[in-house]
Amino acid sequence: MQQIFNFLIRNSYRILFLLLLGLSLGLTIQSHSFHKSRIISSANFLTGNVYEKINDVNEYLNLRSQNEQLALENARLKSLVFNIKDTLQIPNLDSIKGVNPADIIVTKVIHNSYNVHENYITIGDGAKKGIKADMGVINSQGIIGIVDDISPNYATVVSILNIKSRINAKIKKSNHFGSLIWNGKSTGFVQLIDVPRLASVRKGDTIVTGGQSVIFPENINIGTIDKIFIDPKTNYYTLNVRLFNDMTNLGHVYVIKSKDREELINLENKQKDE
Amino acid sequence: MNSALLMNIVRFIVLLTLQVVIFNKMNFLGFITPFPYILFIMLYPVNGNKSGLLIGSFLLGIVMDMFCNSGGIHATACLVLAFFRPYVFKFAFGLSYEYQTIRINEAITPERFSFILVSVVIHHFTLFILEAFQFNFILDILLRTLASTVFTIIICIILIYLIKPNKR
Repeated sequence: MQQIFNFLIRNSYRILFLLLLGLSLGLTIQSHSFHKSRIISSANFLTGNVYEKINDVNEYLNLRSQNEQLALENARLKSLVFNIKDTLQIPNLDSIKGVNPADIIVTKVIHNSYNVHENYITIGDGAKKGIKADMGVINSQGIIGIVDDISPNYATVVSILNIKSRINAKIKKSNHFGSLIWNGKSTGFVQLIDVPRLASVRKGDTIVTGGQSVIFPENINIGTIDKIFIDPKTNYYTLNVRLFNDMTNLGHVYVIKSKDREELINLENKQKDE
Repeated sequence: MNSALLMNIVRFIVLLTLQVVIFNKMNFLGFITPFPYILFIMLYPVNGNKSGLLIGSFLLGIVMDMFCNSGGIHATACLVLAFFRPYVFKFAFGLSYEYQTIRINEAITPERFSFILVSVVIHHFTLFILEAFQFNFILDILLRTLASTVFTIIICIILIYLIKPNKR
């Protein structure tokens, strides 16, 4: 017994190091595992407050581009109102079709990251406004990500520029489905993989969200096809998609409460139980 | 005795604030971010409490992870750097480093430069390996390590000159 204590005291420095190393490596691995919220995230009182203060300053500097975006969105919505019979002809207009206006929570991005492989966005509202994990986040131009972790006043969002993100998407024209991923290279492009060879794809076609996910409503804009590859291993198409959104410049965003979500999840769980 | 502790706490807060407010926003060419906050570990007194340094650098890393949403990669990288710091000292200044009164924040000699270089490379390499976490990105990791190391060193040296106490 004495010797054990002696050993512990002699090596206390190493043991402390190994203990802390184990803890931090554990946190790292836990954060890399798929579909699990991280324990350490910026959705907390300290970091949220700091980011909000920084954002107060940055907001002023970005007023011009935000105003331009708002004016563009206004113009598009106005054209919808004035030319009602043209609605079917105008593509990309109503990015949040099928969602009750009451189910949209307007909030703003207070911290945005886009320069690493796993990017997260922090937004300035949280559980108090009714935001829950796994809600979709979009803005007027297209999708942004999925809510990951929440605190009373803040929430973190898994950006579509995150190699862990995987979103169901389809080609607007032909309704062929694929998975939207990011290869970690460019902030302007994401990849749509596993598109069947049957699909007729052409450069410039629009990619929208598919109806298979309970997170996003159908037909929210994502981007246009920029390049088409054939994956030699699986023989499926891989499409390079140019995003409508400039992910490096985000202002106000909408969090979508999907109305049927709980109903769908309950139904799916029920099937699993049986 | 307490002035050293106070100095360390002030350095911890100031470097972290600078990192979060200014340096995290820097994106040269879209992917190069300098991390001069590790100056805290480098400037920690040579004869200071070793366990204190470990705990301090762990806390530093965890707070950085909170701000960067990065799980525990900064904490791990800082810990590794703190653990290897005595060996880096030995490598850069020779065996007798403990008996000298080395102060990093003086003029940059080749020894001091090699100390900063090795420390920054250790930290950045750990950081970027853990960040990618898969070997598909090995070239990317090396490129990022190299580019960010250069920028971190430049900014570290500038900061060291800025906080150098004036001798009048």
